[in-house]
Amino acid sequence: MMNHDVSPPVLAEAPPAPRPARRLFWPRIGFAGTLGGSIILFWLVMALFGGHFAPHDATEMLDADVFEPINWLYPFGTDYLGRDILSRVLAGARQTVGIALAATVLAALGGLLAGLAAAVIGGWFDAILSRTLDAMISIPSKLFGLILVAAFGSSILVLIPTLAVIYLPGCYRLVRAAAVNVAKLDFVLVARARGEGSFYIMTREVLPNIVGPVLADFGLRFVYVVLLLSSLSFLGLGVQPPDADWGSLVRENIGGLPYGAPAVIMPAVAIASLTISINMLIDSLFGRNTDRKGAH
Amino acid sequence: MTKMTQSADSGAAPLVEVRNLKVVARGEDGREFPIVKDVSFSVERGEVVALIGESGSGKTTIALAMMGHARGGCRIAGGRVRLGDSEVTALSDAGLADLRGRRVAYIAQSAAAAFNPSRTIMTQVVESALIHKTATRAEAEIKARALFKALALPDPDRVGDRYPHQVSGGQLQRLLAAMALITDPELVIFDEPTTALDVTTQIEVLKAFKAVVRDRGTTGLYVSHDLAVVTQVADHIVVLRDGAIREVGATGQIIDAPRDDYTRSLIAAAEPQPRGAALLAEPSAPLLEVNGLTAGYGGVDSAGMPYIPVLNDVGFRIHRGSTLGVIGESGCGKSTLARVIAGLMPRARGSVKLDGRILAPAIGSRSREELRRIQIVFQMADTALNPATTVGKVLSRPLAFYHGLSGPALDRRVAELLDLVKLPRKLAARKPAELSGGQKQRINLARALAAKPDLILCDEVTSALDTVVAAAILDLLAELQRELGVSYMFISHDLKTVRAICDDIMVLYAGCKVEAGSREAMAKPPHHPYTDLLTASVPEMRMGWLEGAGAHTGAFASMHGGRVVSRAGCAFYPRCPLGIEGLCDRERPPLRPTVRGTEIACHRSDGDLMGLTVHGTEIAGHRSDLDVMGRPSAGQRSPTIAATSI
Amino acid sequence: MNAVIWKLLLTRLATAAGTLLFVATTVFVITTMLPGDVAQEILGQNATPEAVAALRSAMGLDQPPLERFLSWLGGLMVGNPGVSLVNGLPVATLIGERLSNSLVLAAITAAVSVPVALLIGISSAMLRGSLYDRVVGAATIFVVSVPEFLVASLAVLVFAVKLHWLPALAQAPQGHDLLDLMRGLAMPIVTLSFVIVAQMARMTRAALIDTLSAPYIEMARLKGARPIRIVLTHALPNAIGPIANAVALSLSFLLGGVIIVETIFNYPGIAKLMVDGVATRDFPVVQACALIFCAGYLLLVMLADIAAILSNPRLRHQ
Repeated sequence: MMNHDVSPPVLAEAPPAPRPARRLFWPRIGFAGTLGGSIILFWLVMALFGGHFAPHDATEMLDADVFEPINWLYPFGTDYLGRDILSRVLAGARQTVGIALAATVLAALGGLLAGLAAAVIGGWFDAILSRTLDAMISIPSKLFGLILVAAFGSSILVLIPTLAVIYLPGCYRLVRAAAVNVAKLDFVLVARARGEGSFYIMTREVLPNIVGPVLADFGLRFVYVVLLLSSLSFLGLGVQPPDADWGSLVRENIGGLPYGAPAVIMPAVAIASLTISINMLIDSLFGRNTDRKGAH
Repeated sequence: MTKMTQSADSGAAPLVEVRNLKVVARGEDGREFPIVKDVSFSVERGEVVALIGESGSGKTTIALAMMGHARGGCRIAGGRVRLGDSEVTALSDAGLADLRGRRVAYIAQSAAAAFNPSRTIMTQVVESALIHKTATRAEAEIKARALFKALALPDPDRVGDRYPHQVSGGQLQRLLAAMALITDPELVIFDEPTTALDVTTQIEVLKAFKAVVRDRGTTGLYVSHDLAVVTQVADHIVVLRDGAIREVGATGQIIDAPRDDYTRSLIAAAEPQPRGAALLAEPSAPLLEVNGLTAGYGGVDSAGMPYIPVLNDVGFRIHRGSTLGVIGESGCGKSTLARVIAGLMPRARGSVKLDGRILAPAIGSRSREELRRIQIVFQMADTALNPATTVGKVLSRPLAFYHGLSGPALDRRVAELLDLVKLPRKLAARKPAELSGGQKQRINLARALAAKPDLILCDEVTSALDTVVAAAILDLLAELQRELGVSYMFISHDLKTVRAICDDIMVLYAGCKVEAGSREAMAKPPHHPYTDLLTASVPEMRMGWLEGAGAHTGAFASMHGGRVVSRAGCAFYPRCPLGIEGLCDRERPPLRPTVRGTEIACHRSDGDLMGLTVHGTEIAGHRSDLDVMGRPSAGQRSPTIAATSI
Repeated sequence: MNAVIWKLLLTRLATAAGTLLFVATTVFVITTMLPGDVAQEILGQNATPEAVAALRSAMGLDQPPLERFLSWLGGLMVGNPGVSLVNGLPVATLIGERLSNSLVLAAITAAVSVPVALLIGISSAMLRGSLYDRVVGAATIFVVSVPEFLVASLAVLVFAVKLHWLPALAQAPQGHDLLDLMRGLAMPIVTLSFVIVAQMARMTRAALIDTLSAPYIEMARLKGARPIRIVLTHALPNAIGPIANAVALSLSFLLGGVIIVETIFNYPGIAKLMVDGVATRDFPVVQACALIFCAGYLLLVMLADIAAILSNPRLRHQ
């Protein structure tokens, strides 16, 4: 062998190509994402302060015909009792967004905790938890909703945990799948070999690396919860009068459908504007092929 | 650009001409950056040209451009590629489809991934011929069988009826070659075709490739990072770095008289020299003592043996400040060994003692002090660092966890650790994604050192790195050992690396220890037949090595040779040229001392084994019988196999 | 078919049976562990204690829960899921004809939507990134993210109110005239198909794109294979498992969809029966309907699993 006197320099390799400056707090989300985000923000504000912006009293029977078409005085028309639909939709935002958000947060936190624990602890704990929750997934969500409502009724305080229970298994499954992939990586093995406890590994090693999919899933699951809540209300089994969420508004006014009354369509359009906005935002943040299973 | 080829049959234009080729890739931010910069070279008819370089050199990108193909996110941005009378870079999609598989064929790195899992091998091998209508199905199948035979595939008449998952990796790689050659293409691209294979398989595949290329006069473009492999197959070599050509020349010139500094550093790194060995003055009590270690998967039977054993009755000692090399091919249990010692995997039998005290099998039952004294460093630098944290946090955790450091003392120690692994202190604020592969591996080492361990288990720590970077890591390991007196268990599949850094060497085959001894003692025969095969299979950087070594290893049956062995017999029996029927297939050979002071697990006597080993090949250290160019002295070139096959 | 495949198939079957038992238990527990007294609720606050007690014993509510569960389960096995609390009719009779109505609706919807969805999904995967693909992407995401009743309302508005093509209400299949049958069922089928096609097309596209990124696809391209050949002979055979899964999961949206669609169009199917059952807290009806739905879901998932197992070359050719 020839003995060349070249001591390999310490930094013989080029470091990776410089990345564009990270925009952690303002990711580039494009037009669709910005539009989606703005609509979501709008509905969040309406959920908090909707009553202040309403042109009329949402419960007042106005001096108007029933099922009026769109006009200057009543931009979304009037309902079967002659009430202003725009005001009722704005008021209903609090029910729909509030209940769905609370239920989604509950489901996501429960699923996150259980999923991380199952992935990190493994063994029997994982097997039993996974089998049980997988079996729960095999009850279609609307059906599950009907059963729970049949049993426990549909006051708001019951609806929130009901919706959370229905969507917890799906959340658990996603978190567990993502966490299991991270938990078998070498840096987690190194932490285990160091003697770190399960809680440290869950929160410090695994969790920071699954934030993206978990956030995307949170958004999607919020959509599913909004849809299920609206469906239950539409069936008359969700939010009960005198409260009215967007699903109830559609139900109340379904009689206007043969006349093409905006009272039927507008609340449904409100739901669609919220759910489509969330989907657009998720697509622009996490890519179009985000897993969208489990909404049945 | 360098004019490289002085064609033997002068006058004829080269088959392939690449002029000022530029390929760009699109980055995360949407901007394009060059990955192949202004590359020109040519390939004469009937010769094999190698593109050699490390990761990121653009070698595969250039090779794919010969077919007008660029992978996702990349595009050919300029220059031209001419093949015969076609301008490849100017062809339409339909024109490219006519070219691919007909006039240029491609042999991919991973045959297992390149074969469609749901179709039979024959269907896929003859597909090009049917697409391009060069033969009828029946004719193509006859030709395929002839190719299988020429490529030394076992059972050439029926292997085509199988599905890809039913065939071994080495055989698939040769089947991929048959697929490429079925249309008699003008140019064949070999894209790292043996990189994913074990060395003992690689030599079989290389032999088969070389034979068909020679017999058919195939023109080839051979992409590789391994100079020793390329030396065996190529007529000319193009050395690439960062998408540009550094040097072009005939193979002999490149390896014997490289002109470019980078080529020189590649050659130096490919033949690692022994690092300063530890002082072995102390026959004191061993630091780590492992006895009768058995481990595996799938639970244990009534006798306490795992259903799927990975390690079988392995024992060894590691002394303070020394390095034990553990060598073996994929599936031999070497990584399992490290995990069992670290407590990451349960053991079924046997004991692990640290300083004479038995270590509990599971991490949970070990004291924090015991855990601190043994640290583990993994192969994949990319996955061994948490991508969500900074380098500083990665290094701080073990300091806080084991030594309770905090505040300025902690920061000071992090800085010292970065100094120790020769990285700038400012890297502490970076995230792992912003580091190069070598830098990441240094951080991995620093994290292990943060614990102030007595023993570091190094699991293939240099295998995923480019050779020059790997050489620097080996230097660092040796230096740290001199300074800190730490011991290593160095696991590798690469004999050259183990030779370069280890004081003691242990050879594993199918979970069993087949040979062990000090580097000096292991330098001479007798060897276990597997050690002999392994040694003879490691490519050497000299022309003609393949022919000599190939003849020698030819006496060994290939991995799937057909002879069967009972679970109680010697695992190497099916491949062993010295196997004794009725003994080796029934009884596991015990470990016994040899005249050289090594241990060997073989029923054969030292004398029998001496006859097998070629004098020119040896496992470690002193290469007294090699001349200055790394070639065997005269008279020792041709291997002789004394033992008759039984 | 070899031993390994048989073993896998039997495992799937056993898992499905086990899951169904779990679901039955869950449904029973949830619907019987109610706060309050069912008998009291049925009879109202003014009922005499004697009447309530008589109803309790008639309903078997005075027996221990485990015994009630076992006798309910035993009844299910022999096709007798009990008696309706509301009108005293056997639940089996109530379900009888309505189940076949729902099955007709589901079968026609599936027959319409599966081929359309596969066509859209496969073509948009092949033309990935094209205008067509982006339009399909936007349209399908719109449909999957809006509630079914919006799709239904819009369908009524367009096809019945504005165009007068179809009747706004659905009728149970009766008579033998196929055209009448189709006209009667048109609105529910259109609504359901929209939802199912969007879902299935998205999942099929994703499954095929995943397969198209495999190295053997690049290899086929480098052999000179044209796009049609690549998709038909190289990608699709390997995507059967994921696509079967996509079809099964999308068809399971039918289960949720029919609940809305049967209600909105007043179609006498099993979902309508269940919704009415929930509203009147008629638990035997709710329990039986719930089990039928879950069994349907499990059957779909199991069929997809079996398709995946049978299409896996590693399992087929040991």
